[in-house]
Amino acid sequence: MSPLHIKKGATSHSAYNLRSTFSDVEERHTLAVLVENEPGVLARVIGLFSGRGYNIESLTVAEVDHTGHRSRITIVTTGTPQVIEQIKAQLGRIVTVHEVHDLTVEGRTVERELAMMKVNGQGDKRVEALRIAEIFRANVVDSTLSSFVFEITGAPDKIDAFADLMRPLGLAEMARTGVAALLRGD
Amino acid sequence: MVIQALKDQGVDTVFGYPGGAVLPIYDELFQQNEIRHILVRHEQGAVHAAEGYARSTGKPGVVIVTSGPGATNAVTGLTDALLDSIPIVVFTGQVPTFLIGSDAFQEADTVGITRPCTKHNWLVKDPDRLSGTIHEAFHVATTGRPGPVLVDIPKDVQFASGAYQKPAPEKSYYKPQVKGDREAITELVAAMETAKKPVFYTGGGVINSGPAASMLLRELVDATGFPITSTLMGLGAYPASGKNWLGMLGMHGLYEANMAMHDCDLMINIGARFDDRITGRVDAFSPRSLKAHIDIDPSSINKVIHVDIPIVGDVAHVLEDILTIWKSRGRKTNAEGVARWQAKIAEWRKVDCLRYKPSTGTIKPQYALERLEALTRDRDRYITTEVGQHQMWAAQFLNFEDPNRWMTSGGLGTMGYGFPASIGVQIAHPEALVINVAGEASWLMNMQELGTAAQFRLPVKQFILNNERLGMVRQWQELLHGERYSHSWSESLPDFVKLADAFGAKGILCSDPKDLDDAIMEMLNHDGPVVFDCLVEKHENCFPMIPSGKAHNEMLLGEADTQGVIDSTGAALV
Ligand SMILES: Cc1cc2nc3c(=O)[nH]c(=O)nc-3n(C[C@H](O)[C@H](O)[C@H](O)COP(=O)(O)OP(=O)(O)OC[C@H]3O[C@@H](n4cnc5c(N)ncnc54)[C@H](O)[C@@H]3O)c2cc1C
Ligand SMILES: Cc1ncc(C[n+]2csc(CCOP(=O)(O)OP(=O)(O)O)c2C)c(N)n1
Repeated sequence: MSPLHIKKGATSHSAYNLRSTFSDVEERHTLAVLVENEPGVLARVIGLFSGRGYNIESLTVAEVDHTGHRSRITIVTTGTPQVIEQIKAQLGRIVTVHEVHDLTVEGRTVERELAMMKVNGQGDKRVEALRIAEIFRANVVDSTLSSFVFEITGAPDKIDAFADLMRPLGLAEMARTGVAALLRGD
Repeated sequence: MVIQALKDQGVDTVFGYPGGAVLPIYDELFQQNEIRHILVRHEQGAVHAAEGYARSTGKPGVVIVTSGPGATNAVTGLTDALLDSIPIVVFTGQVPTFLIGSDAFQEADTVGITRPCTKHNWLVKDPDRLSGTIHEAFHVATTGRPGPVLVDIPKDVQFASGAYQKPAPEKSYYKPQVKGDREAITELVAAMETAKKPVFYTGGGVINSGPAASMLLRELVDATGFPITSTLMGLGAYPASGKNWLGMLGMHGLYEANMAMHDCDLMINIGARFDDRITGRVDAFSPRSLKAHIDIDPSSINKVIHVDIPIVGDVAHVLEDILTIWKSRGRKTNAEGVARWQAKIAEWRKVDCLRYKPSTGTIKPQYALERLEALTRDRDRYITTEVGQHQMWAAQFLNFEDPNRWMTSGGLGTMGYGFPASIGVQIAHPEALVINVAGEASWLMNMQELGTAAQFRLPVKQFILNNERLGMVRQWQELLHGERYSHSWSESLPDFVKLADAFGAKGILCSDPKDLDDAIMEMLNHDGPVVFDCLVEKHENCFPMIPSGKAHNEMLLGEADTQGVIDSTGAALV
């Protein structure tokens, strides 16, 4: 087991699974990309997506291994199976990319995202917002007499659902981190 | 330190152009004799010369240019090398680290600008990491799928003295896979044993892989008796005189090669990338074949065409394994099927798709190349080209017997590539005959390099097929823009003989087919750079041709009715 909790060698079995079926159906995949933590590496990855016309639904990046100079980029992308295979192969070509993992095919994943939402309102709406926040296990991290800032963590669709409910209740501003994901089990 | 690192990498030649931000490196160059510096006349020329040097030797080409405009002038060459997988290492000067980001004099974000047109690039801010980075740059440029890399060195880092490291490629984390998967190779061998209509479709990857790959390819082709075609980039890997040779395939490829690709039942792609000049209409591309693809870059596989047997690995390694496994299983082929297939191919050959209408009054470009071929065939010969019709005719009418003898800009199609490339080739092979087959328009794009050729007494032969037209553009306008020849003339052309003379080179003008042989001999016998202005037929079209958006079996063979052959979707694919 590597300290990064990614199966060693998984790359050759999954990310470069070359026998893709050519289908027109768009799929949503979560990729974990382990990169050398050096200047410009994020620009390379983003430049690849914009230059070749691939989609990015969400992208997060942070150093995960200080001594080994490794950062982990989590990318949620959509495309046909052929495009997804190309994205993985193209990522794998970048010299400073060490490993590419398609978490969507490698196993069951846990995906989490953190969001903060500012909800302005008074009276019943304010009470209702707080009640729903409790159901979603969102925390109040700031409060005035006419506003709350909620902090919520969860899978992206849970956050979407929470945001939809907050909208009529005075959702004024939102910041989301994008998805972080790990494979379940060992 | 830069020079020490170059010496440790075995570099004997650099192509470059000095400027403020590389003065410390130039100072070091001045104080040594082991590395030769070739002063070009434009940085684009330096990069193309390095490409020519690299492609003709298999060694990486090296370039040094200054910051800002020096670096931006190198961008076309870098992109060219990226698309054609040519290993080159470019060093750029940069403003001192403490000025980066301040819009300093001749500052440009070189690593930012060149990120998408290099295989990898580095900005070195720490003198202790300079030598290690240079060694890594050579390793990356030459390992796996080769390509251009760039090292941007701020001026203060050039002045500083840091710890020097020796090359240590084994320590690099960049280690592409070279051995192919045995199971997949066995699957391919099994398909080869039964195929009735097999064809090898080879490409630049065979050249990239090195001379051993070409030798193994020849062995495999001759042992199996399967026909073989190649892309523009792979010419010479299998000899044109070989009996299984079909000629080049693709948009301007030979009829028999394209028909074989369309009708085959087993396609074995070796180091080619299913470029759109090859596939034509993708959904009509070789519809009934099982496809195998050997490529060192996983991203080449299934990028354009879905393949049944993908093999990621280096051509030479994989061919060796194919041969071993095929031999160990008893060297089987479907001899009867293959013989019928060869007979079918022989019929296609009879179409004689390269025939053209000869002329006694004007020089046909095809005729000029036939004569050039006849008069230089037996020499130690290297050919470069510019981009356009002349490039395609050169590919069709010149025969290549060995790899690394043919340098052309395929992927980017860079007009202005051929002349500087011929300089790089001549530097690497001082005794050889180096000819650049050019169009007048392309040649003018980097004609300043005549100064370089003259200064270094390089006997490069510039064989210009002068049709006074941007011929390739004119051909497309004729075929799909209703003969509206919008700006496709070469107006106000110089007198090439006088031009050559002005640079101290020799100029030759030829316009009569009767004089052609003598004129070519005069060019060959002159020990120095020659500009050969060959006035050719102005409206000749290059055939065969697969119109954009059409399938391989819908080739145009001649001047027959070429009106309205390309529909509007095809027109967008040009
Ligand atoms: C005006 C014009 C017209 C053209 N018309 C034609 C035409 O009619 N026919 C034609 O063929 N081309 C034509 N071209 C060229 C065309 O655009 C492409 O450049 C060319 O077809 C690509 O050649 P290739 O497939 O061999 O790939 P290359 O660009 O040479 O790529 C090599 C492939 O091999 C792989 N590789 C590299 N090293 C290795 C290794 N060691 N082991 C295994 N694999 C390796 C690489 O990953 C890559 O996929 C034309 C170009 C121009 C400018
Ligand atoms: C730098 C660059 N600009 C434009 C083109 C587009 N282009 C392709 S072929 C061609 C005409 C080339 O004319 P010439 O060099 O005279 O060769 P010919 O086709 O006449 O043989 C042009 C303009 C290109 N390939 N490269």
